[in-house]
Amino acid sequence: MIEVKNISKNYFSEKSGKFAGIGSDGGVSLSVPKGEIFGIIGPDGAGKTTLFRILTTLILADSGTATVNGFDVVKDYKKIRECVGYMPGRFSLYQDLTVEENLEFFATVFNTTIEENYELIKDIYIQIEPFKKRRAGKLSGGMKQKLALSCALIHKPTVLFLDEPTTGVDPVSRKEFWGMLKKLKQQGITILVSTPYMDEASLCDRIALIQNGQFLKIDTPDNIVNQFEDKLWAAKSNNMHKLLDDLRKNKLVKSAFAFGDSVHVTVSSEQLSVIILTDYLTGLGHKNVEIHTIEPTIEDCFMGLSNNQI
Amino acid sequence: MKVTSMETVIKVENLTKRFGSFTAVDNISFEVKKGEIFGFLGANGAGKTTAMRMLCGLSIPSEGKGTVAGYDIYTQPELVKRSIGYMSQKFSMYEDLKVWENLELFGGIYGMNDEIIKIKTDELMASLNFEEERDKLVKSLPLGFKQKLAFSVSIFHTPKVVFLDEPTGGVDPITRRRFWEMIYDATARGITVFVTTHYMDEAEYCDRVSIMVDGRIEALDSPKNLKATYKAKNMDEVFQQLARKSKRKAD
Repeated sequence: MIEVKNISKNYFSEKSGKFAGIGSDGGVSLSVPKGEIFGIIGPDGAGKTTLFRILTTLILADSGTATVNGFDVVKDYKKIRECVGYMPGRFSLYQDLTVEENLEFFATVFNTTIEENYELIKDIYIQIEPFKKRRAGKLSGGMKQKLALSCALIHKPTVLFLDEPTTGVDPVSRKEFWGMLKKLKQQGITILVSTPYMDEASLCDRIALIQNGQFLKIDTPDNIVNQFEDKLWAAKSNNMHKLLDDLRKNKLVKSAFAFGDSVHVTVSSEQLSVIILTDYLTGLGHKNVEIHTIEPTIEDCFMGLSNNQI
Repeated sequence: MKVTSMETVIKVENLTKRFGSFTAVDNISFEVKKGEIFGFLGANGAGKTTAMRMLCGLSIPSEGKGTVAGYDIYTQPELVKRSIGYMSQKFSMYEDLKVWENLELFGGIYGMNDEIIKIKTDELMASLNFEEERDKLVKSLPLGFKQKLAFSVSIFHTPKVVFLDEPTGGVDPITRRRFWEMIYDATARGITVFVTTHYMDEAEYCDRVSIMVDGRIEALDSPKNLKATYKAKNMDEVFQQLARKSKRKAD
């Protein structure tokens, strides 16, 4: 449904005062089959939005080709615009129109009516329907998000582009939102979604980890986790702040970072075992030292693959 | 173990804010001690921003009492503003000014004299290892540098307490963790940190965490105790259990 081949786009960003974009080093490629939820996961400035704008035919790539639904993003841009739904990262509905007016506006633009495609948006829209007379600008973050998704769906698109739909949204609303995406997937809609929240990776069928305009890896979340190369341990002691420092001082420790209530330690050397490290920490005055092997999370994988070590 | 002093930096009793018939913040009470990292969590629309605005002297409460850095939030909001620092992901520095110009501007706004600004700028550039970036425009800095600098700017005038409003949104995982290491260093120097976040792993880094639901503080304790109380394996589970009680879907 989405085919991206060697796409690159570099531009001078007034905002950051330097070159930004995607695929500066030979272009990026990916392929998303029908009905898949594909996640583009990475921090601000990684190039996520640039990719979305190319695929929704809002900007032209410098090089490479891309098709959506078999249509070329350059030659067939009008056909693409008819069959995709796009929810930009910034809230882009009309703040001065009411909930209902916004929805009706988007339906009209696409030559359809709310009634005709109500089935598709029903589960989502029903939650904001009690406020249909309220202006969009007066809605809470979670409700804006639901309205934006309804508007992106009202013309029954086959491919949905969601650019950071959950940024700044609390964990409960984020979970609800992913529940909605799952239902849309079951109706055969292909979804390309970006997020800076690494814990959302497991909700996607496949993901691309992105940083500095390059894909670090494309695969299923499970495969990415299975390819983690180093030994990974979670460590705790009675003094967590000192623990971080002491772990980093050990030359056989590759990296040490706080992860919730423990420190995740990566080790590439065979010389270091849990027992040796426990003794080392105990020798430095740590009490109640607990170290055990853990499964990496996508965030561990991202950090391992990332070249950003500042 | 970090020693949190007995000095109270924020004290709030029965604080309430109403907008017409809507009670945004409903009778909240808590204290924050000097050097503490206090996590202020809640779902969107739970009332966090309204509460934070009152604590920063930007909004007058409808009811209740509150002091921040020793000043009354009703009668001395201007003194409150001078004694606090503030940083958010959305706004923190002027991108078109150089690194040192931002420091001079913020130092000046907070009433620091030129000599002190100069000395502290030198100190900061050395401690951040930022000598080469000193004359660069802020917008040209990598995100990780900006984060460090934004935090340093927010505590440049050595406030008693710094308010961090979702300081790590959209930042890569390593930069996010480096940022928290800076927060630890600041608290070791006696600065109190009041922080909001949507990353539940970051809630674990706080000394104590409060969770707001529908304008009220539903839970307030150390992450360890909260996890025990709610029989949860992490703070995300604690948050999910509490925030799902919310009836204020229709804010």
